Amino acid sequence: MRDVAIIGIKTTRFGEKWDVSLRDIITEAGLGALEDARVTGEEIDAILVGNMSGGQFIEQEHIGALIADYAGLAKELHVPATRVEAACASGGLALRQGIHAVASGLEDIVVAAGVEKMTDISASSASTALAAAADREWEGIMGATFPGLYAMIAKLHMHKYGTTSEQLAQVAVKNHANGIHNPIAQYRNKISVDDVLRSIMVADPLHIFDCSPITDGAAAVILAPADIAHKYTDTPIYVKATSQASDTIALHDRRDITTLDASVEAGKRAFKMAKLAPNDIDLVEVHDCFTIAEICAIEDLGFVKKGEGGKFTEEGNTAIGGKIPVNTSGGLKACGHPVGATGIKQAAEIVEQLRGDAGKRQVDGAEIGMTHNVGGSGATAVVHIFSRDR
Amino acid sequence: MITMSVPRFWRKQVARYNLIGTHCTNCGAYYYPPRNMCPTCRRGGKLENFKFSGKGEILTYTVIHTAAEGFEKQTPYVLAIVKLEEGPSLTSQIIGDPASMKIGMKVRPVFRKLGQSGEKGMIYYGTKFVPE
Repeated sequence: MRDVAIIGIKTTRFGEKWDVSLRDIITEAGLGALEDARVTGEEIDAILVGNMSGGQFIEQEHIGALIADYAGLAKELHVPATRVEAACASGGLALRQGIHAVASGLEDIVVAAGVEKMTDISASSASTALAAAADREWEGIMGATFPGLYAMIAKLHMHKYGTTSEQLAQVAVKNHANGIHNPIAQYRNKISVDDVLRSIMVADPLHIFDCSPITDGAAAVILAPADIAHKYTDTPIYVKATSQASDTIALHDRRDITTLDASVEAGKRAFKMAKLAPNDIDLVEVHDCFTIAEICAIEDLGFVKKGEGGKFTEEGNTAIGGKIPVNTSGGLKACGHPVGATGIKQAAEIVEQLRGDAGKRQVDGAEIGMTHNVGGSGATAVVHIFSRDR
Repeated sequence: MITMSVPRFWRKQVARYNLIGTHCTNCGAYYYPPRNMCPTCRRGGKLENFKFSGKGEILTYTVIHTAAEGFEKQTPYVLAIVKLEEGPSLTSQIIGDPASMKIGMKVRPVFRKLGQSGEKGMIYYGTKFVPE
């Protein structure tokens, strides 16, 4: 197995992008990442793209080929392009598949990308599309929504551990504070705990400001064997671990409703592969599709004991400058959540931080960063660890 | 709209109407919805159909204010994970005053309409729950 490095990154502005299409934004991200890596089209061996549901959001399947075509890599170069799907973890999984390809020695230069165009349909149709990441036959048909599933996690977390609505709100407040300093973030405004608690209730105890938004966006990273990474960049960022774990598709079948065992297992596997522990990590991008999801994530990955995530957040430990900065990009909550792109955006954020290029949201002296991308209510978790040092 | 085609709903209709799941006589575990393989014993499992009593308790719940497509007229509605007395848990709605719901509350099953595919489409029936 070969060591793998990230040599180029690009994330488009996230938001409601009415004037551009899926093929426009993925091309923008891909070309941006290639320019960042100073890689030519002729050098690309393969494209992996995370996309949850082109079929439902824009009634377009065969996304891999579409992207290769519009990036000018199909007609003469015939670069292979593969779509990867694991609901909201599609991006993280595309990255993992790309790392496999380079590590194996089968490919050298690989584009790992992610894209979702969610606003071409109504918000309620988009919610229905997202609900397909849960168990359609035994959750969806009963009236379950995604906020509803995470609300049930939150309700039990509050009941068992005394987590409060204010502590949940603190996650959103912190992520908005980070989003202000991220030029690609969907929301760059400050919010208060009161703003969250006064916003409309979606599924008790989750308010609309506890939920990540519906977003258009794309992101891409360029992977290369570590041995040749310096040919392209002075600051390659090395992949120290890639891991993935599965759990039951339905929330009701989990061992413990308040724990995402897939996150626990993927986290353990990643730490083992990297020979690192939670206290070695300088910053982490976690999958905060809802505020409760960030609290569960920091517990499940081992940054804080089970049940103490709310208090830990309230005390400021997860803010930039705290013990473990979480979601410096603004997270899914403020940066936005174009589902297939999120896992790649998380990696791009960590690369930017480890390069020291994150401006006002820079974590001082960041050497090692982690990403955590979840599919559905926790049936898939994908974790990566990155480092400045090989 | 969260709907299903007629054959997709129909093939599990008996399980939905009567709370019929699976019992593994090898490890003794019970499963609902029904499964074709015991997740614990895998190929070593011995499965038989099992009709659940439907008695159970609320493991966790939420009151949904922003409905899934097709459920708009039902808001606010209570969605819960019900732990059946035989062991497995399922997702369903609890009928009753949302403010009176509590984790640990005992519930029993009732046969109810779940939804409908448009004005002239199929009506879905299934099992909801009410407080004991």
